[in-house]
Amino acid sequence: MNKLKLITKGIIHENPTFVLLLGMCPTLGTTTSAINGMSMGIATMAVLILSNMTISMVKNIIPDKVRIPSFIVIIASFVTVVQLLMQAYLPALYETLGVFIPLIVVNCIILGRAEAFASKNRVGDSALDGLGIGLGFTMSLTLIGAVREILGSGSIFGFTFASQGMPLVFVLAPGAFLVLGYLMVLFNKFTAKKK
Amino acid sequence: MKSSLTNMVLVMLGITLVCSAAVGGVYTLTFDTIEQAKAQKLQSAYGEVLPAFDQLETTTVELAGQTLNVNIARMGQTIVGYAVESDANGFGGAIRMVVGFDAEGTVTGVKVLEQAETPGLGDLISKPASKVELSIVGRNPGKIKMAVTKDGGDVDALTAATITSRAYVNAVEKAFNAYLAQTQGAQATDGYSGATTQTNAEKKHQSGRKKKGGNNE
Amino acid sequence: MEFVFIIVGAIFVNNVVLSQFLGICPFLGVSNKVNTSVGMGAAVLFVMTIASIVVYLLQNYVLVPLGIEYMQTIVFILVIAALVQMVEIILKKLSPSLYQALGIFLPLITTNCAVLGVALLQVQKGYTMAESVVYSASTALGFALALVLFAGLRERLELNDVPESFRGIPIALITAGILALAFMGFSGVV
Repeated sequence: MNKLKLITKGIIHENPTFVLLLGMCPTLGTTTSAINGMSMGIATMAVLILSNMTISMVKNIIPDKVRIPSFIVIIASFVTVVQLLMQAYLPALYETLGVFIPLIVVNCIILGRAEAFASKNRVGDSALDGLGIGLGFTMSLTLIGAVREILGSGSIFGFTFASQGMPLVFVLAPGAFLVLGYLMVLFNKFTAKKK
Repeated sequence: MKSSLTNMVLVMLGITLVCSAAVGGVYTLTFDTIEQAKAQKLQSAYGEVLPAFDQLETTTVELAGQTLNVNIARMGQTIVGYAVESDANGFGGAIRMVVGFDAEGTVTGVKVLEQAETPGLGDLISKPASKVELSIVGRNPGKIKMAVTKDGGDVDALTAATITSRAYVNAVEKAFNAYLAQTQGAQATDGYSGATTQTNAEKKHQSGRKKKGGNNE
Repeated sequence: MEFVFIIVGAIFVNNVVLSQFLGICPFLGVSNKVNTSVGMGAAVLFVMTIASIVVYLLQNYVLVPLGIEYMQTIVFILVIAALVQMVEIILKKLSPSLYQALGIFLPLITTNCAVLGVALLQVQKGYTMAESVVYSASTALGFALALVLFAGLRERLELNDVPESFRGIPIALITAGILALAFMGFSGVV
């Protein structure tokens, strides 16, 4: 497969959020602002690339029956490493994302890509696949975060343009479901037209 | 690869060992930085809640079975303020904060260090100049009624975050009690004796109100 | 008093799905029919309660004494995965009828982030053993409640003429948003 296609397919055709519907928990839970969504996306992307590469490297020595447990241990280790690094170098961000960082472990995107792609492909391709899917995920999260931040707090990436009178509900839980639902409708419309 | 008992056990063991070693390694490498980041955060919090000072002395105060850190800030020889580390259980977990007092007991600032409150509602307590912060800073907790207005007190609660606001008030009050215990101890050596009864009265006052808060919930 | 607070908080106010966003995948995936959602809810209740006891013991008697709290995530996920397997085997032996009812949902629970999330949260909140169990069971009940309510709504949606771009997940998400709005009303309760 074309190397560039490996990256771009994750952004539109196999977009993890809008098409594959994977990793919904962090998608809804951490997108209270554009920055939060983007950071969560990048943290997930880091774990995804690293775990994809590692799993692709060791795929030949892992017996079939313990495949899933082995993948989970590898993914959990990378998540813990990312968690420790964030705690050390980006403590403020670590606190905002809270419990969702360790929960990257159970993000179905990562185990899904390990099973569907990394366990069958070479290291380089697996890394690119991780990058593509990771980028798609990051972009979706940033978009949802941006919409919720604009509508709910009247700011974008922290720059306030309307300090009062914005419907706070978009930052709260119901807004997460509503924004994702309507964005998905738009995404469906857009991709349907292209066909 | 085909699975047999030997290779399954060996591979799982190997993977677990390598992964644990790697995580342990990163933990050791980042340990100092994490501790430093925490210490730095605390230091900058002291700077924010206290008036200008040039030296800080840390002591501890025992309060109802809990040990609280009280930092005495001095400018030259005079005590300019106290920064007390305090906490209380909020809606989503513990709320940890540093509360600054000047020498007379007036709150000079509150800085929330850790909280896990609802995003968009309760977590506003960690933002600077929140409604609760504004109605506490600049006042002396001994002279106002330390409770949210809903419970008949003098502190404005955050919109739709009464539990968070209550916890905030409780934490500030705890810090104030630690401040009293600290200054009272210092005064006692100077020969003042009236301070003890004052603290007890304050404590009674607090426990009575806590019961009332419980009924409201 | 404390327990009532934990129970009401976990079921209604801080509903695990509708306000904490944990367990969204099964929430969207297994909520087409009321029957299956009841089964999934029961399986989660079962596993989550047992997991909370095991996790409590592990955290306080293994991880903390050894000073390796940073291994939390890895240990917890492995324990949950092993636990799910064990529950499946035991259930098969002891109560085939219960296994028939819950069996197909059990493997899905390993990747249900609500289970790991609750395990991590109970440690973070510093609950005692009894509080942890009450908290986990109530959270699971809250999950089941949201799931069953939502399945009821979706069964109705099936019968309606939904615009093409809205069909499937988008309309489900919007419905979930409205349900979450309704649950926000509970935040005034405590």
